[in-house]
Amino acid sequence: MAREVLLGDEAVGLGAVHAGLSGVYGYPGTPSTEIFEFVEGIAKRRGDIQATWSPNEKVAYEEALGMSWAGKRTLVTMKHVGLNVAADAFMNSAITGTNGALVLAVADDPGMHSSQNEQDSRYFAKFALIPCFEPRNQQECYDMTRDAMDLSEELGVPVMLRLVTRIAHSRAAVETTDAPREQNPLRPSKDIRKWTLLPSNARVQYRSLTEKQPAIADRAESSPYNVLELRGRRGVIACGITMNYVLENLPEDHDLSILAIGQYPVPLGLVRKLADHVDEILVVEDGYPFVEEAVRGPFGLPGVTVKGRMTGELPRTGELNPDLVRKALGLPDPPHAEVELPSLAGRPPTLCPGCPHTDTYRAMNEALEKYDRPQVFSDIGCYTLGALPPLEAIHSCVDMGASIGMAVGAAHAGYRPAVSVIGDSTFAHSGITGLLSAVNGNVPVTVVILDNDTVAMTGTQESQATAERLDRIVLGLGIDPEHFRIINPVPKEHETNVRVFAEELAHEGPSVIVARRPCIEKIKRHK
Amino acid sequence: MEKNLVLAGVGGQGILSIAFVIDNAALEAGFHFKQAEVHGMSQRGGAVQSNLRYADHPIHSDLIPVGKVDMVLSVEPLEALRYAGSLSPEGWIVSSVTPYVNIPDYPPMEEVLASLTAFPHTVLVDTGAVAKAAGNLRAQNMVAVGAAAPLLDFTDEQLLKYVRKLFARKGEKIVAVNERAYRFGKAAGLFYRGLIEAGLPARDALTVSSRMDPATVEPERAADWARLASDAAALEAIAGQDGLLDCREAAVPAAG
Repeated sequence: MAREVLLGDEAVGLGAVHAGLSGVYGYPGTPSTEIFEFVEGIAKRRGDIQATWSPNEKVAYEEALGMSWAGKRTLVTMKHVGLNVAADAFMNSAITGTNGALVLAVADDPGMHSSQNEQDSRYFAKFALIPCFEPRNQQECYDMTRDAMDLSEELGVPVMLRLVTRIAHSRAAVETTDAPREQNPLRPSKDIRKWTLLPSNARVQYRSLTEKQPAIADRAESSPYNVLELRGRRGVIACGITMNYVLENLPEDHDLSILAIGQYPVPLGLVRKLADHVDEILVVEDGYPFVEEAVRGPFGLPGVTVKGRMTGELPRTGELNPDLVRKALGLPDPPHAEVELPSLAGRPPTLCPGCPHTDTYRAMNEALEKYDRPQVFSDIGCYTLGALPPLEAIHSCVDMGASIGMAVGAAHAGYRPAVSVIGDSTFAHSGITGLLSAVNGNVPVTVVILDNDTVAMTGTQESQATAERLDRIVLGLGIDPEHFRIINPVPKEHETNVRVFAEELAHEGPSVIVARRPCIEKIKRHK
Repeated sequence: MEKNLVLAGVGGQGILSIAFVIDNAALEAGFHFKQAEVHGMSQRGGAVQSNLRYADHPIHSDLIPVGKVDMVLSVEPLEALRYAGSLSPEGWIVSSVTPYVNIPDYPPMEEVLASLTAFPHTVLVDTGAVAKAAGNLRAQNMVAVGAAAPLLDFTDEQLLKYVRKLFARKGEKIVAVNERAYRFGKAAGLFYRGLIEAGLPARDALTVSSRMDPATVEPERAADWARLASDAAALEAIAGQDGLLDCREAAVPAAG
């Protein structure tokens, strides 16, 4: 046994490596990024693990599925909203089933520290009819990843590992094995019908998946991660990390009956045992009221009062913490420092001093002035911070690539000028098809691609389409070379840049302006 | 034994480096620990904090409950105040008084200092001046670690080992600067506490300690300086001093 200091994310990565991982796939996204990066670090030293960022989560998932098809063990990582992008591959991989183990590590972001929603990935696991693990601490991040690998191979289904920000980005000591498992040999699946989801095959495969459900449910019922301890007549169900918040507030000799859940589907047998023993159950879970709704059912649980996020004991939205859970348990607040504090000025995140985006936005804002400051559609990345004062340059941020699609739709509706602002990596992720649509329809949109040569917000990972490759993609999509402009976003080029913006805003057809200057953070880091 | 720290500062000030040093010292000392941090969007020049807990027993929650914070350790004074409401009644604020002004509505410094010195247990250090004296303004975070060290549960060697490890990759010179920052920070913190323990009000203690040349600070001189500064005219003379004073010569500087 070795003891290592690891983030929850890193413990997942190391668990996967120790379970015989052959390839990790993913697209950067807070709070999941460090899973991939940790494996990538090991892969660079060892040379026998595939670790290259993919252009988007769907591609990452498909690549992982291919590695599973070939018989090897694979891990695919993404943030919760990334799973929306990968959903087609994900849902259908449950139908095909797997060959080598396929574990999806997906990091949810309750409280939206760095995301546009706080969707709960456990619904996706239920939707796809696959098992899901939810670690409570860094040790379980490591252990569950290894168990998930074994379970995936044993049952022939993908297995989800659901993290939340607070476990993904918290560090602790983890005990790791001295005897890592070997990688699987190459042994491609020969079962053609399983992988060819023609309706006739797909019906067979879907039935086969449903027939695995009792085994999947049994595994949750008997899971060492689902622990029921019966004491008094007040009950608690605590999922994943929230068990820590419950225990933080209780003395050793408390009289609550507690069911800790770390493996899904919801272990209904254990819930039944708890319900038979108590008068009320408080359900504590980070994310949506997933277990709470399952336990209460549409018409309530006879004889037992079920409380949680739906009944007001816990807030309906946001991240839980020990203080919210203490209140829900009906315990008094501990004394704390009583000093009168002034209301404090906030300190929101900002674009770095010298950031190229600032110069691009200044030029764009000036060119747009004669149009009475129209709304600008934008996307997801550092440049989203341009929505805040003093620039206030952009007016939307919905999903990866949405800026182009929305600008096209707005232009269809007659809106002028329709402007989209998107980063180089976001463009590679999900902007290409939107631009193709604009070209095909000869739609008057001005697409501004902020090419800073990196995925900046998540820590300067490699961009999938920057520099000449980006230019060739844009021109290859059919943008008229006369309306493909490259600007250098620096203060001394301001006047020139304003003019380029003005010319392209006036064009009644699709145009692309690439603002090209490397991220200063990337230059610093890779110096 | 259980110690709960909130580490605070502005993105880019090296909060996670502080965490690295204390985490590893805690592990080496045989403690359990958990340390939750913030990545991603909020890092870009915004308020950054990390919850760090260590104990001689297993720790449940990654987040520290309100009222259980033993120390707010901040590299920036406004950021120290942001988390001060979670302190236990006996909790400490160990903070820099060097402001990081990147917002238009940063409050007047005198207000920030008045709020900080109103807390009963503070260690306030001008980390900017101390880090500069140690050789690099960027070493403010290690000044803060040094200032906090006497209130933690590690030897200097346990902490310095990881200061060295953290900066080893950047070369001997940077390592030496950061070790010096730690030592100067520790001396500055102890000197400030010594002034208060000798009866000087916190705001005056800050005035006196801020005038000292960080390289000359000897905590055991605090009582002498406190006695001197308890005289209003002498305090004014110290405060009005242009250059830095040699701590080893407890004397009212000549006017002008």
